[in-house]
Amino acid sequence: MSRKRPVEEYEKSFAFRFKRWMSGEKDPFIGEVEMHPQAEPEDPEAAFRFVEEKEYREPARMRIDAKASTIYSRGYIVMSIIVCLALVAILSLAVSHLPSIGDAANPTNNEVGKRYIEQGLQETGSINIVTGMILTYRAFDTFGETTVLFIATCCVMMLIMVENEEKRKKLKLDDFGLEPLDDPILKIVARFLCPIIFMFGIYVVLNGHLSPGGGFSGGSIIGAGMILHAAAFGFPTTQKFFNEHIYVIIKVSALMCYGLIAIYFFYTGANGLPSIFPKGIPGAILSGGIILPIDICVGTEVACTIYAFYALFRRGGL
Amino acid sequence: MTIITWILLIFLVVCAVAVSFQKDLLHSVLIFMIYSVVMAVIWLILESPDLAITEAAVGAGITTVLFFVTLKKIQRISSDREEDEEIDE
Repeated sequence: MSRKRPVEEYEKSFAFRFKRWMSGEKDPFIGEVEMHPQAEPEDPEAAFRFVEEKEYREPARMRIDAKASTIYSRGYIVMSIIVCLALVAILSLAVSHLPSIGDAANPTNNEVGKRYIEQGLQETGSINIVTGMILTYRAFDTFGETTVLFIATCCVMMLIMVENEEKRKKLKLDDFGLEPLDDPILKIVARFLCPIIFMFGIYVVLNGHLSPGGGFSGGSIIGAGMILHAAAFGFPTTQKFFNEHIYVIIKVSALMCYGLIAIYFFYTGANGLPSIFPKGIPGAILSGGIILPIDICVGTEVACTIYAFYALFRRGGL
Repeated sequence: MTIITWILLIFLVVCAVAVSFQKDLLHSVLIFMIYSVVMAVIWLILESPDLAITEAAVGAGITTVLFFVTLKKIQRISSDREEDEEIDE
């Protein structure tokens, strides 16, 4: 049973007045607030003074007093030289007070570095101490860095991405057609170099725990190779194996994989539980515990970021 | 410090100064790329090859490409065909 209310009571209620206000039948301010009509502008022509084309084509420095401007510019040059020399002197002084490289008594040679060098191989299973340190002892830092890369790409996409393909064509963002497309030198060189660059990048990523390099270096090499591919063969060719859909899947899943592995690693490490990632024999590809999967995640993330920057700068979309 | 390190360091300073004194932005970008390559070699001499790889890839490769794209967008580099099209219009 619905409740029935008299009409007079309903008209006094807040809901009725709100409904009338919403539908525009009643303005609550009319009759309540003191109002004046808007003042007419005194002379609408004055605001839009017609400027000769010569006047605004002329640079601003031509209009100001020549003598004062020369004094100002000379003073500017002298002051900038003085500031530069002072900065150079201060920085040189600071550098001369730094301890020399490789000295055993340096403050950086403390127990932290000693621990990394002595027990790093045993604890992380990685021959390359740098990668082992970055991805296990400092995995939380590296996770933050990867997140920063992710957010940076998101911001660039928000700022300069044009989602619609038709709109992109209308704005003529894709300036690829203006270039010499049939450049044989570029194409032949790229055909030879692209596989080598990709292979070297994958090698650097997979051998992060054995040889110099790691996720970031390898990822940037792969990204540079993808830029070369896109520049030589055009975006439609690159889109066959790397388009926006694949980009979103790879980027998000890489970051999430990294997060899950890092959480698992911290949980097992803090509670002294055995990890499912075996340390393996040092020197083998499948060794080093969580370093190899994290390297792969970071590598794909960085490669995606770098290619996305290029593509977004170039044509406003992937 | 060997002689080659000194030569590279002096070349680095010369490059860094030359970048800011160039009138042409394209030349500036090219000299900045040379700076990155020299820096990569110096990282290698200082026994940090992973930094050398990253510097060569990011500094010399990707940053330069992004600068070129930006210069093209603000029409500081114009190809011949672009000018032809403008004449046609």
